[in-house]
Amino acid sequence: MTKPEDLVTPCSPNWCPGCGDFAIWGAFKSACVKQGWDNTNTAMVAGIGCHGHIINFTKITSVEGLHGRALPVATGIKGANNRLNVFVFTGDGDSLAEGGNHFVHSCRRNHNITVILHDNAIYGLTVGQTSPTSPHGFKTKSTPDGNPDYPISPLTLAIASGATFVARGYAGDIPGLTELMIKANDHDGFALIDILQPCVTFNKEYTHPFFQENTYKLDESYDVTNKVEALKKSMEWGPKQIALGILYEEKKPSYESEIPQIKDKPLVEQSAQRNLSELFKKYT
Amino acid sequence: MVNFNPRMQIFSLKIGGQAGQGIKSAGLMLAKVATRSGYNIYTYTEYPSLVRGGHNIMQICISQEEVAAPQQYTNFLIALNQETIDEHHGELVPGSSILFDNTEDFDTSKINSDITLLPIPFQELVSTAGGSKLMLNTAAMGATVALHSGDLQILNDLISQDYANAGAEMIALNQKVAKVSYDYVHSNFQDKIKESLKPLSDIETKMIVNGNEAIALSSIASGLQYAAIYPMTPTSNILTVLAENQEKYNFIYKQPEDEIAAINMAIGASFAGCRSMVATSGGGFCLMSEGYGLAANIETPLVIVEGMRPGPATGVPTWSDQGDLHLVLHAHQGDFPRIVLAAGDAQESYDLTKQCFDLADKYQSPVILLVDKNICEGDQSIPVPPSDNSIDRGKFSTDLIPNYQRFAPSPDGVSLRSIPGVGNFFIGNSDEHDTFGYSSESIEVREASMEKRMSKMDVLVKELPKQQLFGANDADLTIVSWGSNKGAILQAIKDFDNVNYLHITHMSPFPPDVKEVLDTAKNILDIECNFTGQLAELIREKTGILITNKLLKYSGRPIYPEEIIEKINSLLKI
Repeated sequence: MTKPEDLVTPCSPNWCPGCGDFAIWGAFKSACVKQGWDNTNTAMVAGIGCHGHIINFTKITSVEGLHGRALPVATGIKGANNRLNVFVFTGDGDSLAEGGNHFVHSCRRNHNITVILHDNAIYGLTVGQTSPTSPHGFKTKSTPDGNPDYPISPLTLAIASGATFVARGYAGDIPGLTELMIKANDHDGFALIDILQPCVTFNKEYTHPFFQENTYKLDESYDVTNKVEALKKSMEWGPKQIALGILYEEKKPSYESEIPQIKDKPLVEQSAQRNLSELFKKYT
Repeated sequence: MVNFNPRMQIFSLKIGGQAGQGIKSAGLMLAKVATRSGYNIYTYTEYPSLVRGGHNIMQICISQEEVAAPQQYTNFLIALNQETIDEHHGELVPGSSILFDNTEDFDTSKINSDITLLPIPFQELVSTAGGSKLMLNTAAMGATVALHSGDLQILNDLISQDYANAGAEMIALNQKVAKVSYDYVHSNFQDKIKESLKPLSDIETKMIVNGNEAIALSSIASGLQYAAIYPMTPTSNILTVLAENQEKYNFIYKQPEDEIAAINMAIGASFAGCRSMVATSGGGFCLMSEGYGLAANIETPLVIVEGMRPGPATGVPTWSDQGDLHLVLHAHQGDFPRIVLAAGDAQESYDLTKQCFDLADKYQSPVILLVDKNICEGDQSIPVPPSDNSIDRGKFSTDLIPNYQRFAPSPDGVSLRSIPGVGNFFIGNSDEHDTFGYSSESIEVREASMEKRMSKMDVLVKELPKQQLFGANDADLTIVSWGSNKGAILQAIKDFDNVNYLHITHMSPFPPDVKEVLDTAKNILDIECNFTGQLAELIREKTGILITNKLLKYSGRPIYPEEIIEKINSLLKI
């Protein structure tokens, strides 16, 4: 049983008032309490960006790694101890710019981890430059004449790269996020939740009113197993066209489930004392 | 012609042919014939950066003494193609022999008259035995064993082992080919038979491993649980050995998307409690520089193997160099404990790999093992290591600890380590952090954290082993060097009673005894395979001693004993 007070640390959040990170943080803590995620069964990994501060405010053992490198650290943790629920907290700059390579390959390998992408389409920590999800023409400190680049859809990229659970959430809906986080963790394989969030300080386009106006929830008639439909859905972006919910889910063995060495026990619970006499003989 | 009259007797055998003719496998089998007959061996292979095709050559140096260097001369040349004759007959010293297939129309007219020609109709012999053209190397081995009083039974045993997966028929056929060729020598060249492979009376069981294999085997023996290695010459063979043994010994080898992922994966696995490693070359290590400092800052153990080849950029990818010493000593921003070891041969690769894993755990730090291509890919005979391993994880606990502080202050700078999943809370924080791991930019935390981490070096420097001094205590000339030069230097100084060799295996922290030895040296010669003399610069930085005599080689080729002897002679003015 995890109680809300078990997750409290002495550090107070330093996000801007109204930042979407508060909602994501709240939703995660709520999921921890509901599911009993604690320091006996869960680890967090964060990258660098405003999102990364979450490790200071959540009493779950974590690594705050380097910019863009949260995914390979999480991969290593899961390989070492596949009993752990492993959550990656990352941002649009962190995992789509600096860590784009890791993002593609982590999806492809279908590691059994959950990735929570704080997507505010802006670099907040470095005080306002364009990001890989910023719209074309977007004016920022690095693009004063408008962004010459076009945005990437993390969902399209994830589905095309082989992720087996791909969802979109919105930082204005904490219960909805909690539910998505639980479902993503229950999924055996690579789970991505791209969370649309406002940056109240630096992104004046993607605001709460914008998201409330233009997003809708996928209903029960939507077939989450249809990859082609999911790809189409993932590319839709525009007035009232932004789908929320699980866009794609596929049952496929996760990377970790196919490694015989960790079938019975995680590596960290196995003895590393070995007798190599038989192996040495091959070299004589 | 090479001047050849050294004190150390080394029989240099060379086999050459087209890629695909099984040069490497035949060479390795002949090396095993030698070790199983009681000799020590070292092999040296040259190959271009090609997947297939081209000319392959392998040298096997055989001696009753320990040998760890290639030789410039050849005593016995096995030529399976014309190129071998053309390119290598000049290395043959007077009294040497050359074995070749006279069913082929090889041109032997350029070979000196003091070289014994040993034409054998290999293709005919193989056909008679019912074999195929792929068995020419087996025929050459049979003849070679016969010509040097080797034991045919040893070769037969090796064939049985090597072809175990090919089936009994293939084994029998190869053994028949070897026998036919062996008998041909006894019928036709009885007067040419020498004793270089004659079994010795006292035979210790030895393994033949190259540096890569030594590192991989030592890692498995040292309790490796997780390795992430992106392929790169010259260390790729480490991953080959790890990959094929992971299931049997219960560890994970993972091929990542790049070296950045490799080091971060290994850090993650180590953070979670596994003994972890990465291996690469200079270019890959450049990508790892970022993760290197992360491991240090979150005090997570990690072994990093860096096998040097000539840079910069892609450089000369399949050749050797020692130009990365400064790179690994200075990689990453800021100050943190930098622990760098450098092996000089396969035996040291084995021993230092274990030391790296122990140091990494003890000091909760990344530890770098530097090797060079010659070590990585040169086979050497070493005694079979003890098969049981003791593993010391240092300050490590999986117990639930009240008010646990992962980075609690400690006189040796090392705090009690725990792992995720056992109930203790802590943060591996790449930001500066307090004793729990919470981010902090306060003056007190920053200063205390820096001092805590750096104090590990003060403790470690006191437990460094003494650097090995070979040869006379009182010498007219002291050679200082590192890495694969060791073998050639040890061989060269056998010719002198007044030259010794200080072999550096620990680069950082810098061993204090180096200054003691060099302070009393009458004359110093620095030998390195790089352009600037990076070890000499390090010695200057750490001891103030300026070394002006240098033998530097940066052709990508190994340094030969003959070159060292020549340099010593010029300095001693003999």
